[in-house]
Amino acid sequence: MELKDKLVNAFMAFENQVDLDHPVHDVRSAAIKVFENRGFPNKKMEAWKYTSLKSLEKLDFSIFPKEAATLEYKDVKKYFLHEVDTYKIVFVDGVYSSFLSETTHQGIDVCLMSAALTKDMYKPIIEAYFNKVASKEENLTALNTAFSREGAYIRIPKNTQATKPIEIIHFATGREQALLLQPRNLVVVEENAEVQILERHQSLSENAVFTNAVTEIFAAKSAMVDFYKVQNDNSTASLVDNTYIDQHSQSVVTLHTFSFGGKMTRNNLNFYQNGEHIDSTMKGVTIIGDGQHVDHHTLVHHIQPNCESHQDYKGIYDGNSTGVFNGKIMVDRLAQKTNAFQQNNNLLISNKSSINTKPQLEIFADDVKCSHGCTIGQLDHDALFYLQSRGIGKKEAQALLMYAFANNVLESVRIPELKKRVNALIAEKLGVNLGFEL
Amino acid sequence: MLEIKNLHASVDNKEILKGINLVVKPGEVHAIMGPNGAGKSTLASVVAGKDEFEVTKGEVLLEGQDLADDAPEERAHKGIFLSFQYPVEIPGVTVTNFMKTAINESRKARGQEDMPANEMLKMIKEKAELLEIDRKFLSRSLNEGFSGGEKKRNEIFQMAMLEPKVAILDETDSGLDIDALRIVAGGVNKLRSKDNAVVVITHYQRLLDYIVPDFVHVLYDGKIVKSGDASLALELEEKGYDWIKQEMAL
Repeated sequence: MELKDKLVNAFMAFENQVDLDHPVHDVRSAAIKVFENRGFPNKKMEAWKYTSLKSLEKLDFSIFPKEAATLEYKDVKKYFLHEVDTYKIVFVDGVYSSFLSETTHQGIDVCLMSAALTKDMYKPIIEAYFNKVASKEENLTALNTAFSREGAYIRIPKNTQATKPIEIIHFATGREQALLLQPRNLVVVEENAEVQILERHQSLSENAVFTNAVTEIFAAKSAMVDFYKVQNDNSTASLVDNTYIDQHSQSVVTLHTFSFGGKMTRNNLNFYQNGEHIDSTMKGVTIIGDGQHVDHHTLVHHIQPNCESHQDYKGIYDGNSTGVFNGKIMVDRLAQKTNAFQQNNNLLISNKSSINTKPQLEIFADDVKCSHGCTIGQLDHDALFYLQSRGIGKKEAQALLMYAFANNVLESVRIPELKKRVNALIAEKLGVNLGFEL
Repeated sequence: MLEIKNLHASVDNKEILKGINLVVKPGEVHAIMGPNGAGKSTLASVVAGKDEFEVTKGEVLLEGQDLADDAPEERAHKGIFLSFQYPVEIPGVTVTNFMKTAINESRKARGQEDMPANEMLKMIKEKAELLEIDRKFLSRSLNEGFSGGEKKRNEIFQMAMLEPKVAILDETDSGLDIDALRIVAGGVNKLRSKDNAVVVITHYQRLLDYIVPDFVHVLYDGKIVKSGDASLALELEEKGYDWIKQEMAL
């Protein structure tokens, strides 16, 4: 059976497990119809021209894990930002692990989507925010919405600052031959509130995992959201990460995406600026090699005047890896004085690697500043010679230059331990010991 | 110490060096002067091993050993140092970390252990003082946002750290004000010994007021057309290069 049909059939089984009278179920029912009509995205669609899901569709995925798996903290400690105190929302094969998690309801809500979607006390928030900014039409978002049941639920009330970062980690244990995961996160940051969130997906075996995640983020007036996505999964894990961000006046949302691992990674990152004096920042470092594919599709929709957006994506492609960057900026007629900046720089280290990069600007206002640039190149020979002339071997010199190339994206990382961790990951990815901690 | 014999080098089949002969003995300072496009920087790059240039004839020997098959890093390990006219910016890598990497890579190549951290710090402190370099400067990203003078001072600091046998200074005086020039030249002089040698490439006499050369060579159209003592530099400063062309019937 094709994966699409299997999923549509599975929805009936899913309906036996959830409350059909809850208003959210109408949303799910509508979403499965959209998916049933549209199916998986394919290469005929402009947005999926360079990224194929065909090989994934052939796998026989388990949609509901048979039983909950358990993990020992010591075995997965390294995937946590364990040097610092954090809140943790941890899932093992899609099921919440209370043992590994550290949630809270003290002043802020750091808990579970399953609770938010079923308990009456969360109903007003769910009705106000659930599936509001997420696309109702996009194929995979609709699929996720149809099966939405579990994920992270974070709410930071007005004038509150989350005192420590929040980690969301999705582990896959490999108890299933092939596992489909569809986490659904909702982050509501109210007026003048602040939060730092870190999310990662980690498979612990060589069995295939396909994660189709949706995260909705709502940043109210003057809210500050700092979101980090660490994508360093193993070579049999694929991820489609759909993120929708609804920003209001004077809010600042910064999102970093570090893509080092995984087989196929597709990031759909959508910012909607529904207010004035908004700042949206997207940064990305991609370093991949043989057998890997990373696709960044970003959208910034400037709806109101006097807003800014900044995009800075760096990519280093080795082996036969392939990359995609598609950065769409829409400036509505009303959105005068928009300042939109977009930069995508790529290094192709091997002659078998490739990148398709495309800025896509649709501007309907006449008093705006929009700049974009993309480069595809090799390492600078003069720079390489400079380092070699100081006694640094060619391989190390190349790594040092690649590090320098990617480095400025890290400057805006505001969790020092995370910055250190990402630095170490970059050095590891580049395959050299530089003789000092970067 | 450094011996260049009938060196010919080309880039894209265009011959730039057309038979250079030069012998530099330990303890000596040589100045190479000449008009733009004569091949001064090419000579420096070829000696340091830049692969963009093809050596078509002749050889470069360090202590009698042919360097032809050596990559730039291997030449560095053997004791060649080139101070760049345009040092490259490396964001995110501090001066200190860069030096640690460079020194330990050289030690590794010579079969030595990494330099102990305290010894490294002591050396960095010592050499930084020699060039009047502030501690804060050492934790900045290499050459990033450095002024022209800071970049050149940093080049000589690297020379001090790496302790080369032959240091080639390619237009180290360009972009320096008089105070920076004095500090840089003072640093070079303090590093001079009977066991090492310095080759100074420059357009102008003024650097040679501070680093007094034993020999001055005039490079013109890929060849050394005249050699002399320090007074030759003064003569060039006064008269320009035209008289040499006339004298040599070039």
